Amino acid sequence: AQDLQLQLHYCPPPAKYGGRHTVTLIPGDGIGPELLNHVREVFRFSCVPVDFEVVHVNSALETEEDINNAITAIRRNGVALKGNIETKHTMPPSVKSRNNLLRTSLDLYANVMHCQSLPGVQTRHQNIDIMIIRENTEGEYSSLEHENVPGVVESLKIITRNNSLRIAEYAFRLAREKGRRRVTAVHKANIMKLGDGLFLQCCREVASGYPDITFDSMIVDNTTMQLVSKPQQFDVMVMPNLYGNVVSNVCAGLVGGPGLVPGANYGRDYAVFETATRNTGKSIADKNIANPTAMLLAGCMMLDHLKLHDHASSIRNAIFTTMNENRLHTADIGGQGTTSEVVQSVMRIIQSKGQLTAEF
Amino acid sequence: MAGNAWRSMMQTVTLIPGDGIGPEISTAVMKIFEAAKAPIRWEERNVTAIKGPGGRWMIPPDAKESMDRSKIGLKGPLKTPIAAGHPSMNLLLRKTFDLYANVRPCVSIEGYKTPYTDVNLVTIRENTEGEYSGIEHVIVDGVVQSIKLITENASRRIAEYAFEYARNNQRSSVTAVHKANIMRMSDGLFLRKCREVAENYKDVKFTEMYLDTVCLNMVQDPTQFDVLVMPNLYGDILSDLCAGLIGGLGVTPSGNIGANGVAIFESVHGTAPDIAGLDLANPTALLLSAVMMLRHMGLHDYGNKIQTACFDTIRDKKVLTKDLGGNSKCSEFTADICRRVQDLD
Repeated sequence: AQDLQLQLHYCPPPAKYGGRHTVTLIPGDGIGPELLNHVREVFRFSCVPVDFEVVHVNSALETEEDINNAITAIRRNGVALKGNIETKHTMPPSVKSRNNLLRTSLDLYANVMHCQSLPGVQTRHQNIDIMIIRENTEGEYSSLEHENVPGVVESLKIITRNNSLRIAEYAFRLAREKGRRRVTAVHKANIMKLGDGLFLQCCREVASGYPDITFDSMIVDNTTMQLVSKPQQFDVMVMPNLYGNVVSNVCAGLVGGPGLVPGANYGRDYAVFETATRNTGKSIADKNIANPTAMLLAGCMMLDHLKLHDHASSIRNAIFTTMNENRLHTADIGGQGTTSEVVQSVMRIIQSKGQLTAEF
Repeated sequence: MAGNAWRSMMQTVTLIPGDGIGPEISTAVMKIFEAAKAPIRWEERNVTAIKGPGGRWMIPPDAKESMDRSKIGLKGPLKTPIAAGHPSMNLLLRKTFDLYANVRPCVSIEGYKTPYTDVNLVTIRENTEGEYSGIEHVIVDGVVQSIKLITENASRRIAEYAFEYARNNQRSSVTAVHKANIMRMSDGLFLRKCREVAENYKDVKFTEMYLDTVCLNMVQDPTQFDVLVMPNLYGDILSDLCAGLIGGLGVTPSGNIGANGVAIFESVHGTAPDIAGLDLANPTALLLSAVMMLRHMGLHDYGNKIQTACFDTIRDKKVLTKDLGGNSKCSEFTADICRRVQDLD
């Protein structure tokens, strides 16, 4: 963990072109393109000094040319906002998930998701405030599979000391910075004694350097059971890749669904923002019914990352104010509002606060 | 019914009381079965591991013999020894009888309120391979590799069981849960086998869903799910998630289906050593597993009667055990159910 660059003291890439930042934008599939258009609309309206370099990735192609272009663009700009790229099952197994390739190539080792109950949204549980830090590059997502004997497939889950220490360090530093009191490691070390055992051991080592923060651990199946009955007991959670997938989706569901929660993928040198649960939403694409909240909030996270805090706060506040109105709830949270109605409301609120805006 | 005819209808079940609260909840179940006049003859056995010839750990031969003969078992919680030198008893049982399918019906219990109502689904988990193959290596210092094994045979077998179960229990759909977008070959194989088996069961609707999407939707609206079939790890996580929806492991039944017609039904909670022997335990999980067992044996009437009595007692809220929100004893709870069972006759 010696060469750990702290994400928290990260300096964003300098705004080279007349004080404007350039951000890579990957529309993706399903609802990605339309939601990202709305983000651009809101940014343009609010005069956010960000220019988007759009890079398309065609999920129907078997070659990796497209995704490599996208990766190069992100290396160039340092920051990206993306929709989910579909993984087609009809392709041979050698065609790997494009999203995963992007994460591993750029070494975006920390996936961070903040699940908070929103006052305007009705859910079964209230007062949820959980930060989930998920190792984003190894574990079950190593994409190492082979079929030595016909009909018998082996899939390798890799856990390394370096990456486990790295993600644990990230979790504790983030917890300290945000004033959080407790970090819980989620694992299955009773069964995967070596793999998850190593992960747990690394967490414990890092925890000893943070005596001000309480550290405990919980087995993943018990964790999901606790989440659906008493989610308020959790503060910050850190875990390997697959459990992170499960836990983040459970938590997103608990606070109101995939349309509400933004997610961020941080590496030492790059940051990519998207919706937390990474859904393609093919069945609701182009119908003006998708919830733009998660993607807009991801845009705000990106603005915070670029230290454009005023813009981030103004847009975020407009979103939360809009959320309080049931009339503007989209179908996924029980309403009948359309995507554009939500976006219009956000822009109207921003304008009403008296800031500089473009024409409506 | 004439004494002889009834006695000849009796079926033997191997009973493994288990540890901790195991014996007292087993006694409770036996009492309730007696009150219901269920045609079950219990054969109690102990399954503490012993070292067989050749030094391999095995379950005691009389336990194995009893199960091979009766084919049906009911098991309480077993404690997992930490430094006893032998693998967990549950693992040993699984290997001995090739218990390949873990089945958990999760039904909301009226009268035991949770934030989720109207849950009515079944998780069917492949229980022999997948992520729990136990094959791990240290490649170099600081790099560990765990192997997840998916085979054609095991995948086909669990898929077939899932569709058979759906058909036999009038369930309308089976959903395969997977992550074939990331684990293209392994989960891809599992999914392919499910699709193939689905072709032979056109009367049952077949769908596929990513594990994360299932989790996301499950906590928002569990009523959209019916029968779920999946490999080992996802099954482990999802079955516990679903148990959490209806109230936890203290009220969730579970059944394990093996090759050669063996089926062992069990409660999946722990041994609760802190309350063992104090008449405070809740026998609901073991009782509902016993009800699952009766249905498996075709004794639906007895099963329904006992389940109704149990749910009525819980709904009535007068004699609940502590974990259900009351402060009655296990024996009082049991007696209430016995009384209701007899009244239902």
